[in-house]
Amino acid sequence: MGTLRPMAFSIFRKQIFSPTTFLWEVEAPDMAAAAHPGQFVMLRLHEGGERIPLTVADFDRDRGTITMVVKVVGKTTEEMATYLEGDTFQDFIGPLGAPTHIAQKGHVVFVGGGLGVAPIYPVLRAFKKMGNRTTTIVGFRNEQEIFWKDRFEEFSDNLIVMTDDGSVGKKGTTADALKDVLETGVNIDEVFTVGPLGMMEVIAELTRSKKIPTFASMNSIMVDGIGMCGSCRVTVDGNVLFACVDGPDMDAHKVDFKEMKIRQKRFRNEEGVLLQKYHTECRAQTKGVSA
Amino acid sequence: MTETRGKKIQPIRTKMPELAPEKRRLVFDEVNCGFDITMAHQEAERCLFCKKPLCMQGCPVAINIPMFIKNIVEGNMLEAYHVLKASNPLPAVCGRVCPQEIQCEQKCIVGKKGEPVAIGHLERFVGDWAIEQGIKSEKPESDLSIGKKVAIVGSGPAGIACAHDLARAGLAVTIFEGLHEAGGVLSYGIPPFRLSRKVISEEIKSLKSMGVKIEFNKVIGKIFSIQQLLTEKGFSAVFIGTGAGLPKFMGIPGEYLNGVMSSNEFLTRVNLMDGFNHADTPVGMGSRVAVIGAGNTALDTARTALRMGAEEVVIVYRRTQNESPARAEELRHATEEGIRFSWLTNPIALHGDVDGNVTEMECMRMELGEPDASGRRSPQAVPGSEFRIKADTVVYGLGTVTNPIISRSTPEIKTNKWGYLEVDPTTQMTSMPGVFAGGDIVTGAATVILALGAGRRAASGILKYLGLVKEEAANGVTVS
Ligand SMILES: Cc1cc2nc3c(=O)[nH]c(=O)nc-3n(C[C@H](O)[C@H](O)[C@H](O)COP(=O)(O)OP(=O)(O)OC[C@H]3O[C@@H](n4cnc5c(N)ncnc54)[C@H](O)[C@@H]3O)c2cc1C
Ligand SMILES: Cc1cc2nc3c(=O)[nH]c(=O)nc-3n(C[C@H](O)[C@H](O)[C@H](O)COP(=O)(O)OP(=O)(O)OC[C@H]3O[C@@H](n4cnc5c(N)ncnc54)[C@H](O)[C@@H]3O)c2cc1C
Ligand code: SF4
Ligand code: SF4
Ligand code: FES
Repeated sequence: MGTLRPMAFSIFRKQIFSPTTFLWEVEAPDMAAAAHPGQFVMLRLHEGGERIPLTVADFDRDRGTITMVVKVVGKTTEEMATYLEGDTFQDFIGPLGAPTHIAQKGHVVFVGGGLGVAPIYPVLRAFKKMGNRTTTIVGFRNEQEIFWKDRFEEFSDNLIVMTDDGSVGKKGTTADALKDVLETGVNIDEVFTVGPLGMMEVIAELTRSKKIPTFASMNSIMVDGIGMCGSCRVTVDGNVLFACVDGPDMDAHKVDFKEMKIRQKRFRNEEGVLLQKYHTECRAQTKGVSA
Repeated sequence: MTETRGKKIQPIRTKMPELAPEKRRLVFDEVNCGFDITMAHQEAERCLFCKKPLCMQGCPVAINIPMFIKNIVEGNMLEAYHVLKASNPLPAVCGRVCPQEIQCEQKCIVGKKGEPVAIGHLERFVGDWAIEQGIKSEKPESDLSIGKKVAIVGSGPAGIACAHDLARAGLAVTIFEGLHEAGGVLSYGIPPFRLSRKVISEEIKSLKSMGVKIEFNKVIGKIFSIQQLLTEKGFSAVFIGTGAGLPKFMGIPGEYLNGVMSSNEFLTRVNLMDGFNHADTPVGMGSRVAVIGAGNTALDTARTALRMGAEEVVIVYRRTQNESPARAEELRHATEEGIRFSWLTNPIALHGDVDGNVTEMECMRMELGEPDASGRRSPQAVPGSEFRIKADTVVYGLGTVTNPIISRSTPEIKTNKWGYLEVDPTTQMTSMPGVFAGGDIVTGAATVILALGAGRRAASGILKYLGLVKEEAANGVTVS
């Protein structure tokens, strides 16, 4: 319908971590005041844009900002990458979802990979401040992609960095690292994981037999994010739950990952077409400018 | 001609001009084109202006129907509009979407011998006239507001009605809306070919011209709690009109398959996210669409699918057309457009291909058994009647359960066993003092006019709570 409203939100800070990963810190004081670890936000760049969910990677109540770390995977995230510091966008919604349950558990292990590395951070910090012992496992493709190592170090009793190529830390996957930790026989009271579905599924399998409570942040495809459309449904223990209101954290031992992995590909064809169209339009535009 | 009380009445009502089925199947333009002035007069003349108008008993907000129709006959359009507005803040909307055939028109005396007066079409005519003339809702009548402001949660019909009445009474009103558009189901659910987007945006504009503020993208219960609105944010009262919530699924095998979704999701992707303009949000529709259910939601889904380019659309319903809760006009329009109906059919499983895409819907034939306690004949499966329907898209239009955001974040508000908010039926106040609620979040999925009525009742409840009216304005129809 297009109720024309001013571009309401501005990018306070942008930081580029790698060609496909970047950070946006956005001014939104009310959202920052209300945000808790484990919650997410949604944004829409402009009229006609998609409403995409992103985890709160940090919030600063004094500065009144929300930080997100974004991985480029398709049209909207690619378009976001072209925005510069000071640029504005249309809609910013949140915080959404239920906060992660933070408590004094004992020893908590955090496992983050892919677009799940940054979302680990506020949860880790909160658990540490609660007095827990923390082990953090983060996985990157290579040295070039690493970010926030100092931040993770600050709140981790033990930080394990894994890379696919071994260029930094250890070579291997986050699951390899968790296996090693489990093999030392150290007591683990809870595991919290965010990342690609395949990764979270493997993590859940590793902790299942040891009966370690394990929570995974479910990044199901969303539309409204406020409990109306049902797009984000996840089968947990045979029941339909909705990631945007019942989650995003779910009991990883009960999530039907097989279904989730299928559902994550729901719009693959259309997304490909949209990206193609975007590339063509972009090229046309650049040509226009240089001509 | 039929003679009723001495007046000669055309037994057949004036026909609403419509886009021809073959013209409208692929476009989102409104199917009903609206009366012109001649048609409106001709139809208005069919009214007997009854002394004891039965039609009013059928209207949930008791619009003075003979009076507004009389004003059309006499050419006093502005007066006709005021009569409507005195009971219904959204005449152009209700004229289009009310289930008139079971409300006002069902009771109309002319309907005893011929077709009832087309009250809905006339209401729409007056509402559209006011929009064309640029007539805005009246400005505040009084200056009660000093220091009092009210927060409205949700911009659907219930919230709009409550905001409208409070603003008219002179209060400072702010609507908090979780989405980026106003209107609730009117903008993300009901498709443009039934309710043009212009009507909604004009109504919202008119609300704003009364001084109502709308804050988009604010999910109450998340960014601010109800408690915070009443304290930190300085609101003297809060109205909750957050609508019905999450879609129901059936729990049959294969529901997780790709291509299976709810009507809420499908319609939101198309309407709210501009799927019909091929904007950035994918819709995920194939070419053979099966829709489960036969209410307004299901019909809107089926007809939207057709317009999005589906080759074949079938509605699957376990009862018969007689039990369909959809508006009669919608059923007729859908049939004309080539939607197929598979009555007495119940899905029992969905089947997919190796990639997890739905390909078939397995169904059972049903027959209607003896009437149950509610008087409805409950459908029973015919043993051995399994059959399959080919479908690459399956959409559930089965209704909704509650949205849990407000109740989880506000334990002070009592809910009933289904999770809907409990209210005092005369004031609409919840168990939390100063917090009122109405519309689908109280009743479960219902109708636009019932939500509007509840919003108005709440407005008078709020005025009373704030000590701004002395008399009990109990039925919400007359706000002093
Ligand atoms: C609760 C939640 C938290 C998230 N947090 C982050 C985060 O912190 N950083 C980050 O980079 N990404 C995050 N995501 C994923 C992010 O929303 C998607 O990457 C984004 O929507 C992709 O949009 P696109 O147009 O760029 O790509 P598309 O071309 O639309 O999609 C590419 C792939 O991304 C996934 N995807 C697409 N749409 C959605 C959607 N609406 N919701 C979820 N996944 C989708 C699908 O697997 C798809 O195949 C999160 C998702 C959820 C649900
Ligand atoms: C597809 C479809 C077709 C229909 N057709 C008809 C018809 O023909 N005739 C008829 O009479 N009725 C029809 N209905 C029913 C009718 O639309 C609803 O009964 C009516 O809209 C209810 O109004 P409401 O104000 O209670 O809620 P809604 O219209 O649902 O509006 C609620 C609003 O609150 C917002 N919201 C929710 N939670 C929050 C929160 N926490 N904070 C802030 N905002 C929030 C939502 O985003 C939404 O905008 C139809 C419904 C659907 C789904
Ligand atoms: S509001 Fe609905 S029920 Fe009332 S008169 Fe108008 S169309 Fe009829
Ligand atoms: S019952 Fe029918 S004829 Fe009588 S006033 Fe109402 S609309 Fe007119
Ligand atoms: S995203 Fe719509 S219900 Fe969760």
